[in-house]
Amino acid sequence: MSAVPLRALLRGGGVARLWRDPRYASLAVTVSLFVAMSVAGGVLYDGFLRPQVFLNLLIDNSFLLIVAVGMTFVILTGGIDLSVGAVIAFSTVLLASLVQHHGWHPLPAIGAVLVLGTGFGALMGVLIERYRLQPFVVTLAGMFLARGAATLVSVDSIGIDHAFHVAVASLRIPLGGRTSISAGALIALLVVAVGALLAAKTRFGRTVYAIGGNVQSAHLMGLPVKRTLVQVYALSGFCSALAGVVYTFYMLSGYSLHATGLELDAIAAVVIGGTLLAGGSGYVLGTVFGVLVLGLIQTLIAFDGTLSSWWTRIAIGVLLLAFCLLQRLLARTGPAGGGGHG
Amino acid sequence: MATTDPDAQAPLPLHRRMLAHPLFWPLLALALLLLGNGLLNPGFLALEWRDGRLYGNLVDIANRAAPLVLVSMGMTLVIAARGLDISVGAVLAIAATVAAWTIGRMTAGGGTGLAPLFAAIGAALATAALCGLWNGVLVVKVGMQPIIATLILMVAGRGVAQLISGGNILTIYYPPYSFLGTGFLFGLPFPLYVAGALFVVLALLLDRTALGMFIRAIGHNPAAARVAGVRARAITLWLYVFSGFCAGLAGLLVSSNVASADANNAGQLLELDAILAVALGGTALAGGRFSLAGSVVGALIIQALTTTIYAIGVPPQVNYVVKALLVVAVLLLQSPEFRARVRALARRPARGGA
Repeated sequence: MSAVPLRALLRGGGVARLWRDPRYASLAVTVSLFVAMSVAGGVLYDGFLRPQVFLNLLIDNSFLLIVAVGMTFVILTGGIDLSVGAVIAFSTVLLASLVQHHGWHPLPAIGAVLVLGTGFGALMGVLIERYRLQPFVVTLAGMFLARGAATLVSVDSIGIDHAFHVAVASLRIPLGGRTSISAGALIALLVVAVGALLAAKTRFGRTVYAIGGNVQSAHLMGLPVKRTLVQVYALSGFCSALAGVVYTFYMLSGYSLHATGLELDAIAAVVIGGTLLAGGSGYVLGTVFGVLVLGLIQTLIAFDGTLSSWWTRIAIGVLLLAFCLLQRLLARTGPAGGGGHG
Repeated sequence: MATTDPDAQAPLPLHRRMLAHPLFWPLLALALLLLGNGLLNPGFLALEWRDGRLYGNLVDIANRAAPLVLVSMGMTLVIAARGLDISVGAVLAIAATVAAWTIGRMTAGGGTGLAPLFAAIGAALATAALCGLWNGVLVVKVGMQPIIATLILMVAGRGVAQLISGGNILTIYYPPYSFLGTGFLFGLPFPLYVAGALFVVLALLLDRTALGMFIRAIGHNPAAARVAGVRARAITLWLYVFSGFCAGLAGLLVSSNVASADANNAGQLLELDAILAVALGGTALAGGRFSLAGSVVGALIIQALTTTIYAIGVPPQVNYVVKALLVVAVLLLQSPEFRARVRALARRPARGGA
């Protein structure tokens, strides 16, 4: 179940097989798209193919990447989490308020924020699992609650000027050749690595895939379905809170209107990364490429300079449509498909 | 067990029947909200007839709720047929922008009289219906999950609206258009007539024809409905078109009310309010059971809540928290698992005492 594309290649059948298998084809399309867009950018604009441009993709989208990893697990179970943007906003405001107004050191404040975010996610998970409520409505309520709570903590934007926080925010880890990476991007990469391991190598990950494939079967197999569902939403809550922390490193402020609509970008990244919306199939690595493609669109539009910002929204919408259509197509023609008719 | 299965009963006592009526709880909530306001602020419930027009907080609440009422009606039917439309806010923005753009073009080109008004209404509603058709095609023909199919338009829609407006807030300098959102007819604000007319037409259509039954059938079991000869796919498609149309109507009212169209912020978070209104009105979010009147009451509750929060002077952001808690409460009350647990909890102490 946790076979990586490489192993499928080695098993025989070669590249053609890889493309026909719906589990990998979507991912392959995403990676090809990323490469094609990069090459196109390199041809069209001077200085596009510098390594730092791609590292900046990671730096500027580190919080989106972290949230998207959590979202991948949620979507793999067949659920959805609309509260992530609001939880980020709440985390930034709470963190800023604790540090600036209550004299906390950033480290315990970060700990508190992470615990709260995880608990909040777990609470939504309990509502979804125990009372059979639809994930989209529960997390919608969570979105309202988190945004409202953020404005109750502070309506105005709070700037953070604690020495430790500023030091972490301005930290640049050199990678040689005049390239560097921020602490936030490093955290994001760490989250990706842990997420990929969790999904591929652990009992938790296998249960997540099994739930997305078929909840009843997962139950009958004796897998801890209930516990895992709560854990998945708790994980997404944790990722959102962590993304909020990274956001404060990026913006050095806490504001209740931070990260508005980020949940849409995260869902789009997961879908473009090849995770099936019905659950049960997808990779954390695919999500990384989904985030990178979204970031690349913005970079391309910024490099062009003549296109207006709303083209970003339209481009993301078009991509989302294309990948949803692709998923339908693959579900119909793929060897494992057949159940997807009608 | 009268509470679990009210349909299979012989005539119940009046208070039981009232309690079981789907509109009882929403109406009670609305009445309590308004009465609470009346107690805090004695002038709140007063109505005043001045210059041939009716003024007062109650009229104001109904008037401000009109766009949400319209959108909620479209949303109710979509949800009843096991769908969801989260693009309504974006469609509202598109419709408002199209209306403002049309008026701007026609009045600049020397158009006079009422021609720009009707052209704007026609263009906005047609565009909105087209957006709905797009959603419907993705759901019915392509077979996407409703939340994702409409997510695409939600993401791209505001971009399209900004494309039409060139990124600016379009201001409307054309007096006849403002009648839609701010005009009075027979002493009442015009938006009330728009919402009322749509409600009456829809209620007649659902009650007097088999359409209501078909929609319930689709919501309870789409496959069974199709086997039974209900044209489930065609009906579902038209429900999305209708939802887009409703969002378009709301867009006309909103843009006319403020005499401008803001592609970025018009109808922001409207989809959430509409889903909340539908849930408050007693429609099952899983499809099947629905109440059009309930959704109207739900929309009125939301607007009354907003007005209340402004009236008692707490920060308006509290609105978010209150709405969130409301949704969770309503959902839990609708959940059979939660009811069973509460019933078990209620029974246990009773048994222990006996």
